[in-house]
Amino acid sequence: MFSAFANPARFMAFSAGAAPALFVGALILFATGIPWALFYSPADYQMGDTARIMYVHVPAAWWSMGVYAFMTGASFVSLVWRHVLADVAARAAAPVGAVFAAICLITGSLWGAPTWGTWWEWDGRMTSMLVLFITYLGYLALWAAVEDEEKAARLAAILCLVGAINLPIVKFSVDWWSTLHQPASIMRSGGSAIHPEMLGPLLTMAGAYLLLFGALTLMNMRSAIHRRRVENARLRGAQA
Amino acid sequence: MSAFRATFQRELLLLWAGGGALAPLGYFLGATMLVPLAMGPDRALLAVAGPPLVWIAAALAVLAMLERLFQADLEDGSLDQMLLSRAPLELIMFAKGAALWCAIGLPLAIAGAPAAIALQAPVERAAMIVVSLALGTAAFIGVGLVGAAVTASVKRGGVLIALIVLPLFAPPIIFGASVAAGQDVGAAISILAGCALGAAAIGPVAAAAALRLQAE
Repeated sequence: MFSAFANPARFMAFSAGAAPALFVGALILFATGIPWALFYSPADYQMGDTARIMYVHVPAAWWSMGVYAFMTGASFVSLVWRHVLADVAARAAAPVGAVFAAICLITGSLWGAPTWGTWWEWDGRMTSMLVLFITYLGYLALWAAVEDEEKAARLAAILCLVGAINLPIVKFSVDWWSTLHQPASIMRSGGSAIHPEMLGPLLTMAGAYLLLFGALTLMNMRSAIHRRRVENARLRGAQA
Repeated sequence: MSAFRATFQRELLLLWAGGGALAPLGYFLGATMLVPLAMGPDRALLAVAGPPLVWIAAALAVLAMLERLFQADLEDGSLDQMLLSRAPLELIMFAKGAALWCAIGLPLAIAGAPAAIALQAPVERAAMIVVSLALGTAAFIGVGLVGAAVTASVKRGGVLIALIVLPLFAPPIIFGASVAAGQDVGAAISILAGCALGAAAIGPVAAAAALRLQAE
């Protein structure tokens, strides 16, 4: 299935239709999910309307991790099978994942201020999300620093795989660390079973984020391939 | 095995002869000195918050060593020689890491005892702090090899290495600080040993893969 898209021409033909379709799908889901979440879902009995930040926050947290998993898969494919488009895909996904992580951190901080009474709590989840965000920044910075694009792709893939080993360890470590340092004073959003009327808008928003990720990644990939073609054409022009 | 010994000896000589092994030690003590200057000399406050900060100083001292780690090899052709040798590059990387640990990791660990005591750690905790720092610097160096290797061909890659490596430093710091604070010492030492072994296994392999790409 992957090898079918190793041909950039075939990928361009496919993505020319798929990217706008995903984008429209994301728009539809956002258009239903946002009003549903903000106006028509029940308010939390403890936190009231502030709990509605959850519908922006939780999908961003899920997909910032999901995107990293996607990048790890793509990096693995790129290193093992030298798949032409896998490194383009990993690079294209990275900024989206980084922005999702940033959205998660910012909305989490905004949510923490009224409910926990602090803008930042060194809670296990927040800390591991911060580490994930910094890992994204390191990945993007490495890609930007190495001039030769093919080399940058391979090096970034190695870094991505090492990060993929590191992140679960960090997750486990900070959970252990935060339970050591703080008693269980923090309300955890996943602690109690979620109300079914909240699950609908939450899953809609998660779907919207996923489609948006797909659309943006395909667009990034397309522009990367276009840029390569332009550079190749310029090189050929210089030789002629 | 002779490739291992040759690399190990060469790296150790280079580090000691250039006085390069003393600089991280001085850096470590200097960073430790800044802690009470920033927090104030209040002994009760230092006793709580001071000892774990030894770990920040140790992490920074290792970090400062990483930028030049492979750039000299890349520039003067030593790396090409390493690639030509019949010994696997992974083994040579492991030797390089081991030499770095002997020349820098171990002295840092030993210097950790007076540094932590100066930051008001109880004297009886010093032995465990030395052991934990010895394991922790091994983990730092193992993941540091990866950061140094992927940025070997980047000019002035110091800040980039820091950005790449700091998230990888998080687990050892957490458990090391726990030892320094005297909490769950036995469990934390075991996990630190796990971090060190994991980094020693993965670091040389990933570093070798990254250097092969940049050698041509």
